Amino acid sequence: MKLLKRPEVIDPGIDKAVEKLTPEQIETTIMKAIKGSGARLEAYMNACVHCTLCSEACHYYLSHDRDPTYSPTAKARHTAWEMVKRKGKVSPEFIKQAARIAFTECNGCRRCSLYCPFGNEIAFLVAGFTRGILHNLGVVPQYLQDTVNSHATTMNQMWVGPDEWIDTLMWQEDDARDEVLGARIPLDVEGADIMYSVIAPEPKILAQLLAAMAQIMKVAGLSWTMPATDGWDNSNMAMFTGDMDTNGRFERLHWDTALRLKSKKIVMGECGHAWRGAVFDGARYCSWKKPPIPMVHAVEFYYDLLESGKIQISKKWDKPTTFQEPCNVVRNGGMGDKLREVMRAICSDFRDVSKDTRYEYNYCCAAGGGAVNCGPPWTPARISGNRVKAEQLAATEADFVVTPCHNCHSGIEDIIKGHNLGMHIRFIAEILVEVMDIPEHLKV
Amino acid sequence: MYEFLRGPLVWIAFAALLAGAIYKIWRLYKLADKEVQVLPYMSWRPALRSLLHWVVPFASRNMRQRPAMTIVAFVFHFCLLATPLLLMAHNALWFESWGVRLPSLPDCLADIMTLAVIAAGFFFAARRVTDPVVEYVSFASDWLLLAIAIGPFVTGFIAAHGWFPYEAMLALHIITGVVWLAAIPFSRLTHALYFVFTRAYLGSDMQGVRGSRDW
Repeated sequence: MKLLKRPEVIDPGIDKAVEKLTPEQIETTIMKAIKGSGARLEAYMNACVHCTLCSEACHYYLSHDRDPTYSPTAKARHTAWEMVKRKGKVSPEFIKQAARIAFTECNGCRRCSLYCPFGNEIAFLVAGFTRGILHNLGVVPQYLQDTVNSHATTMNQMWVGPDEWIDTLMWQEDDARDEVLGARIPLDVEGADIMYSVIAPEPKILAQLLAAMAQIMKVAGLSWTMPATDGWDNSNMAMFTGDMDTNGRFERLHWDTALRLKSKKIVMGECGHAWRGAVFDGARYCSWKKPPIPMVHAVEFYYDLLESGKIQISKKWDKPTTFQEPCNVVRNGGMGDKLREVMRAICSDFRDVSKDTRYEYNYCCAAGGGAVNCGPPWTPARISGNRVKAEQLAATEADFVVTPCHNCHSGIEDIIKGHNLGMHIRFIAEILVEVMDIPEHLKV
Repeated sequence: MYEFLRGPLVWIAFAALLAGAIYKIWRLYKLADKEVQVLPYMSWRPALRSLLHWVVPFASRNMRQRPAMTIVAFVFHFCLLATPLLLMAHNALWFESWGVRLPSLPDCLADIMTLAVIAAGFFFAARRVTDPVVEYVSFASDWLLLAIAIGPFVTGFIAAHGWFPYEAMLALHIITGVVWLAAIPFSRLTHALYFVFTRAYLGSDMQGVRGSRDW
């Protein structure tokens, strides 16, 4: 078994866990996963003719000057292929390397699937299948596992306590009232049209986004509420570590909370993985073919508000601005056109990215799939692994990058710093509250 | 010897292909049934659209980005399937055995198509050696697959042109052909069977479920 040459990174979640592994444990765990697997493993293992036509899709491969070891096929080789081929008889060193590849060298962005003539989901082999095994072996990057522990304990990703949650909402409601007269964050209102849910980083580190939404809702005149109980967090780190049972627990609570509040729909904040987690992985784990009530992503929500005239623009944002199309919102969410409409509606100098990297073909931010949550030890790998993103953004010559996704937000911020792009980051909401028209009677 | 090769052995090969193919597809269906996110999300229109985009040359982006590979791959697969089916000598055998007559290729065209398969085989082999990315994921099994795929074309071409003792070469041609047929369900040549299903699933998922595209 070949071991790759990569710069040493210390991560106790991987290193210490691997020290405790026994060959029997590895074999039993892998064989259990193989026996329990379905059609996708069988098909993707046997329909792959090792042609490597998927390589050009991968931002890690392109950013490492086409290093063969970063091609999606090579990453499948060092993860699922070997595990299946050797019937689980792989060494702890192999597992350590597989963890590094599965968690920090594949964002599960699925761009490679668009390049594969068979439509194989290579990310399923590299990340999906492999991470399930790594979770069962207890080999997960420490920072990432901490977010899952938080999910399992507090039902949100960032250890936000129930008192802190309500306190933050009240504080942000106060701030919103300084901008828009009578703005409110209605708590736990039964029968409101919309339940608004966010990911835990919003109350924890980006609380201003809550105030922004309170202003938007007030100006648009909508009936909305946020839960006062657990179930307000729509993020999902457990699906990224392969801990699907924990994923099911909090995703179920999120839907149940909306049903308890008798909301007509859930509107969610600007996040990509949360969309995927709630609408696809979470709902499916809970045996819903489709979400039990409609879920609307922030991008679609803003699009509808602007399209219907509920929000009017008084003066467009005039700074040169480009955007990041989040994988889960555009490639795997089909909202590319709506996102562009929103950008054009609020920006007078919107600069689209180069033609060959738009829509489905946009590059991932390299922070998705839980990579950003692997924490500081892995930040340099994310920055060096996404030079192509830096080049793509630099080519627009914009000063601002709009990122309607929290993972993209953090990832692009690191890339801007790491590659000295000198750009600034915004969420759509941050620009929208600056440019929207506040009717006379709501002016402070 | 020839009678055995031509008769029972070929029958065995076809039976293995047919039974193997049915078994593999049935098993894939059973496995798909185990996964919550496969069968309930399959839909016809996106599946067919996805297939169409990937069986028509240059109808998908990656094909346009790699024109040489696209042309070689399409010529290879087309000739690989069409030549054995429509070759005049095979047609005589189809007729003798089943009374079926298919349109026949002129020998000269069949020769060109056979050589195209062999040349494409060498192109793929060259990629495996010269392109470090392909080389990195090339194993003995990949070389064996390539050898199995082009084996009957090399032996058939030599036999048809009488460059070696005809009967020995013909026997070798039949044996390599039998291996070719029987290996389809039991090796990664299975990609021929799975292509329809992997594409149908991704098409259904990307277009039908996520409102995006997969070409």
